Amino acid sequence: MIATLLQIAAMFSLLSLLAFGGGAAVLPDMQRQAVEVHHWLSNSEFLDMFALSRAIPPGSLIVVLIGQKAAGVAGGLVALLGMFGPSCLLAFTMGRLWHRAGGAAWRETFEQALAPVSIGLTIASGIAIARSTEHDWPAYVVTIGTTLLLTFTRVNPLLMMAGGAVLLAAVAV
Amino acid sequence: MANRSTGRPASLTELFLSFLTIGSTSFGGGLLGWIRRELVERRRWLDDQQFLAAYGLSQIVPGATNVNLSVIIGSQLRGLRGAVVAVTGLLAVPVMILLSLGGLYFAAHGGHRLIDAALAGAGAAAIGFNLATGLRLGQHNVRKVSQAAVAGAVIVGIGILRIPLLEVLLVMLPVSLVITLVERAR
Repeated sequence: MIATLLQIAAMFSLLSLLAFGGGAAVLPDMQRQAVEVHHWLSNSEFLDMFALSRAIPPGSLIVVLIGQKAAGVAGGLVALLGMFGPSCLLAFTMGRLWHRAGGAAWRETFEQALAPVSIGLTIASGIAIARSTEHDWPAYVVTIGTTLLLTFTRVNPLLMMAGGAVLLAAVAV
Repeated sequence: MANRSTGRPASLTELFLSFLTIGSTSFGGGLLGWIRRELVERRRWLDDQQFLAAYGLSQIVPGATNVNLSVIIGSQLRGLRGAVVAVTGLLAVPVMILLSLGGLYFAAHGGHRLIDAALAGAGAAAIGFNLATGLRLGQHNVRKVSQAAVAGAVIVGIGILRIPLLEVLLVMLPVSLVITLVERAR
């Protein structure tokens, strides 16, 4: 139990500092480690947890469910601290330094350099998760339809998730 | 800027309640909009310019952008305690909801065919949500061929070839930084 909690803390605190551009960046690595390395859950469970966590703000709390599956509620809370502790500490420090030093030039350069990388990571996370699970054609219809609608219209994402759930449940009947 | 801050200091309790409200109401995305609405428009603790500066910084730091944003704004308003209060307020309700849902889900462990199918459907849509987020950001922020090439390399590296994130970052962050510096110098 303690060993599992330590594994959870170690895994998520490393991922915390790699999550450039948001939590989506580390999803493929998180999935690989939780499923293939630690065997805490299956790929399809990972997708279920991803769906649940995406529906609840801020949309990046899948770590809580992975930790909970591995080691109960304590595991969920350790995962939460591991995933958000280091990045929050960094954000706090950077906020303080920024307040004192100004430094608009380096910030703008770094923002510009980071943008295409984070955008790539966000798109790659979607592709990686779709490829890792048994994505059959109805699921692809939902994924592609959602992608198009959310890119070009202002539909509530929660509505799309509910629609996807109803559609695939209807196909399964 | 249309929204001026009042300069009235935020109490820790007010800060906590504001973030608690934000975390409990922003289901289905749009969290950034909710944070701005509550802190800039309603409470007037920040003006738009301060909000945008904090937002820019929260994107540079690794980790969930809106969690980082809460830390930075909380710390600007009330120091370290403000940062802790803001994040705790933001995440308290969502974490409790998720732990409860998780408990239900694990108790049922993949028993029912229809529930499994429904979750897979919600998951398929959630994947589309991620893809659309990336595409929308791309529409606004990828203007040059070099930027598209960097984003494309990351997508192929992680999405198709499944190269570990650390290796991709160690190569692509310096590459992107060099490209940016070269293009700025021209």
